[in-house]
Amino acid sequence: MYHNNHCEGFQCEQRMLEASLGEEGGELGVLDRLVAWMRQRSLFVLAYGTGCGAIEMRPLMTSRFDAERFGIIGAATPRQADVLVISGYLAVKTLKRVIRSYEQMQEPKYVIALGSCAINGGMYWDSYNTIKQVDHYIPVDMYVTGCMPRPEALIEGFAALQEKIKRGEPGGFQRYRENIDWYKGNQRRVLGDNMPPDYTYDWYHAGGTA
Amino acid sequence: MHVILDALAMIGLSYVMGFLFYGFYRQFSARVQRRWGPSIWQNFFDNMKFLLKSETLSHGPMFFFGPMIIAAGAITTVLFVPFLKDSDWLQGFSHSGNLILIVYLLVVGPLGNALAVGSSGNPFGVMGVTRGLTRLMGLEVPFFLGLALVMLQHETTSVHAIMAAQDGIAQWNLFTNPIAFMVILLPFIASQNASPFDVVGAPVEVYAGPRVEFGGRLLGVLMTQNMMMTIAKLVLVVDLFMGGATNIFILIAKAFSLFLLTAAISLAFPRLKTEQTVDFFWKVPLGLGVLGVVATVWFPWGA
Ligand code: SF4
Repeated sequence: MYHNNHCEGFQCEQRMLEASLGEEGGELGVLDRLVAWMRQRSLFVLAYGTGCGAIEMRPLMTSRFDAERFGIIGAATPRQADVLVISGYLAVKTLKRVIRSYEQMQEPKYVIALGSCAINGGMYWDSYNTIKQVDHYIPVDMYVTGCMPRPEALIEGFAALQEKIKRGEPGGFQRYRENIDWYKGNQRRVLGDNMPPDYTYDWYHAGGTA
Repeated sequence: MHVILDALAMIGLSYVMGFLFYGFYRQFSARVQRRWGPSIWQNFFDNMKFLLKSETLSHGPMFFFGPMIIAAGAITTVLFVPFLKDSDWLQGFSHSGNLILIVYLLVVGPLGNALAVGSSGNPFGVMGVTRGLTRLMGLEVPFFLGLALVMLQHETTSVHAIMAAQDGIAQWNLFTNPIAFMVILLPFIASQNASPFDVVGAPVEVYAGPRVEFGGRLLGVLMTQNMMMTIAKLVLVVDLFMGGATNIFILIAKAFSLFLLTAAISLAFPRLKTEQTVDFFWKVPLGLGVLGVVATVWFPWGA
């Protein structure tokens, strides 16, 4: 794909990431497909304004970009949210709050990581107190690249997430549930004794959907 | 059999009308703000999504029963408001109830709310409930005074009799008793939690207020009952002031025009503070209401 001449560099990567998005979800039943379709039409967003990327989230709700036409609205609390947007660099201290917010969200839930800081540390790659790869601590469903990404890019990310939900692909929350020990181990490595309380995730160990 | 079908039809109709009206409201406000806005089905999608989410939180049995009490209150209210006049259908149990009963049923919602939020112990929720009860203090008195004016005018508490008395458009209480309509209109907007009086659920101030702890299915139940309750109240005002409706289309048209009026008012005015709300209600609608009582008792022009 890299040797094609219709795209170059990150465009090819983007295309590879999105290549599977257009396909029909053959494995879902009619009812499941209906449910998935309604789910993707209604995404309540918990905007976790951790870094400078947060600046680009506000215009989404304004008249100019109007994310509400895709069914995307801000949620008041984590309990009512479907999508957690981590906008930028995460300090170790903030990570704890993000984990708690994430664990309070009701399933199905999704995470969008916004900006290069959330992907690989970005310009804070050698900082002593920021998290380099958010994906090691909570499961990320969709990355939006850029430093900082334009609101259009974020809308594109949301649209891709909607495609993913519509096709009924397993979301990050399932990965979190299955690999809870790995995630908790990673979290413990950076947070040490300062872990969030057990009761926000102990039902994952119970195995049920509760 | 008829009763069961009828009740189901009323519940279904109020739900469908509820989400379409709210969907329209969101479109309408989007157009006012010069953007496209969500589709008219958006509220249905939101509601379904919440009903299909998981619910892992619990704060004891009351946290679960609170929304159920509220929803039961809403469904009962729907069933006691006659949707059509001179018809066998869409009557529910309205023949065995009257306006006073409906007034009681309207209070079940806030009660269940207070119970559920109290057991969750979330400070924002408690703040929301406090705001709600303060606002209730302001809006209940003028609201009941307006209803009392209508009852006085017709000397009956039966919604059916009041509907039957308004034959033509000239006999609508909207025109024969405009003071009562004005007295009711503003508390009516407040009881629907619409814009100038929406301190209770103010999203960025108290994080959805009473609903702050509710996430998955319980929030879905709360949304459903809210939509049904709105329709019940709209239909009640249509019955009392606009002569009811003889078929569903007239009902929808009348309820919709009333909804359009309240929506326009709430889009034009920004949110008032709690004490401003109470001040306002104790001055303007209540003053008008007292005037109206004096006028109705001493100069009965309505009859
Ligand atoms: S990616 Fe850039 S804009 Fe985003 S948080 Fe990092 S430094 Fe800021």
